[in-house]
Amino acid sequence: MAKTFKKTAALSDQHTHYCPGCTHGVIHRLVAEVIDELDVRGRAVGIAPVGCAVLAYNYFTFDFQEAAHGRAPAVATGIKRVRPDLIVFTYQGDGDLASIGMGEIIHSANRGEKFTSIFVNNTVYGMTGGQMAPTTLSDQRTTTSPSGRDVADVGMPIKVAELISALETPAYIARQSAIKPKYIVRAKKAIKKAFQYQLENRCFSLVEIVSTCPTNWGMTPIEAVKWTEESMHAYYPLGEIKTPE
Amino acid sequence: MGKVLMKGNEAIGEAAIKAGCFNYFAYPITPQSEVAEYLSRRMPEVGGVFLQGESEVAVGYMLFGAAGCGARVFTTSSSPGISLMSEALSYISSAQLPAVFVNIVRGGPGLGGILPSQADYFQATKGGGHGDYRLLVLAPDGVQEAVEMVMMAFPLAEKYRNPVMILGDGLIGQMMEPVEFPDHLISEPSNKDDWATSGMDTRNRKDRNLVKSLFLNAELLEEHNRFLKAKYDRMKQEEIRYESYNTDGDYKVLIVSYGIISRVCRTAIDMFKTEGLEVGMIRPQTLFPFPENAIKEAVSKSGCKAAISIELSMGQMVEDVERSVQGVCPVHWYGKAGGDVPTPEEIMGVVKPLSK
Ligand SMILES: Cc1ncc(C[n+]2csc(CCOP(=O)(O)OP(=O)(O)O)c2C)c(N)n1
Repeated sequence: MAKTFKKTAALSDQHTHYCPGCTHGVIHRLVAEVIDELDVRGRAVGIAPVGCAVLAYNYFTFDFQEAAHGRAPAVATGIKRVRPDLIVFTYQGDGDLASIGMGEIIHSANRGEKFTSIFVNNTVYGMTGGQMAPTTLSDQRTTTSPSGRDVADVGMPIKVAELISALETPAYIARQSAIKPKYIVRAKKAIKKAFQYQLENRCFSLVEIVSTCPTNWGMTPIEAVKWTEESMHAYYPLGEIKTPE
Repeated sequence: MGKVLMKGNEAIGEAAIKAGCFNYFAYPITPQSEVAEYLSRRMPEVGGVFLQGESEVAVGYMLFGAAGCGARVFTTSSSPGISLMSEALSYISSAQLPAVFVNIVRGGPGLGGILPSQADYFQATKGGGHGDYRLLVLAPDGVQEAVEMVMMAFPLAEKYRNPVMILGDGLIGQMMEPVEFPDHLISEPSNKDDWATSGMDTRNRKDRNLVKSLFLNAELLEEHNRFLKAKYDRMKQEEIRYESYNTDGDYKVLIVSYGIISRVCRTAIDMFKTEGLEVGMIRPQTLFPFPENAIKEAVSKSGCKAAISIELSMGQMVEDVERSVQGVCPVHWYGKAGGDVPTPEEIMGVVKPLSK
């Protein structure tokens, strides 16, 4: 019988270390499929963040660099400036990109660096045990906001995709979600578009992906999906926020 | 090529281009901004990359990325900027990437001042960033040597897959001197296909490359650190450079001094000679690795009563001099850290009593 579906070449055979119900694995697969569909594995360079995805390179089969916490966009800038022929992407969490690395992502986007950022928003610092992130929702409990995020004290959660879209420099910026097949299909389309803009040397591209962290949210995977759809989708609207046209 | 009159900072920029480095990232800071200004004109002329980053933190990682995919790359900065690049220096060292960092040192701590200083000696030679790493540190005494050291730095960085730092100072950056650019380039055979993330298609081998510094397993991290240590030990075997002055005959005092202030010490030594007092000098050209044996030998000569470390800091290199002298004779220190460079007379005033 002919094989109708197989694992894409850009994805390795390793089992991931991610928790049950975490969407990092799904997002890895989407990125890998896009890399193969565009046939750029031989000139792809990924940049791993510091966060749960620090070991992301174990799950891909092409060149990778591991950045310091928040610095992936600067690393990507360095690569892309000296080797514009490479296809470069950063893969970053919300602590990495929206807190410690906010300066690097904003300036890379504003310079119109021709790389792609995959921004995984799970509202917490997953790797260090579920502390509050810049994207933690109002009243959401985390290990450093035990009574819920007090927005009067620490401000409102940052809408990264909208924030970066406010820059005048042309870019492709979208937000999608990874919790259900109908969203995942759209997320893949957005990721593919982002890489295509890079291939055409058009603009900076960023896809924010609303994700889960059942372990640190203290929920079952099913509860986490429900909460994401109800609470996160309400605050973080999905869709294309900016296109370079 | 004949001699040309150039400002230190511009000569450093030109030397990198002559060394085949066409990638430069930087953030402005006095007293080295002229390097960026110069290269913002020159890099486009030679088809190279010039980018003014948003901070020294970002610039450090732009070097990480560029070096990581196999490009020759360098930056220049001054003390506060190097503090911000120190995180990247730790990561670049661990990931074993060749890159060149030039520090045109200014007075510190904090914002300090914008005048020449050598107060970043500890930062350059003992760390600055976290973890067990070392930089190969070259210390020029003027514009000519700065040019030569920049050109040496790239092959050294590639030989060891380690960052190399040029530790200059505000005077070397700002002054104009006649320079001659060496026209033959030293180069190391490239091993970049073994480690650079240059894209799998560009290499002959089919496996992918990984640039990283995380070793969660204790045994693997131990092994990694031992590997790095072996590399630093090899630098101690092969890369120590220094210059001796007036050490052929006997002398009463040995000066240890580097960089711009060593030139003042040299004048003081010449002036002593006319008075009939002999003073010798060792001038380290590499600060790491440090010329320990040369200093020990020099103070072991009969007649040498004392050693003195003369530096533009409140006493940093003196600790390495003490370590090298190993109690053979007393070790003294003299220095200034406000930005003034002592005069030869001032140096004679502190050295003379040590000869008695
Ligand atoms: C300079 C620095 N500060 C702090 C840390 C500790 N740290 C590791 S991961 C992390 C947060 C990661 O959270 P996020 O980016 O949201 O990714 P996630 O783990 O949720 O995927 C922190 C603070 C570090 N490694 N380096």
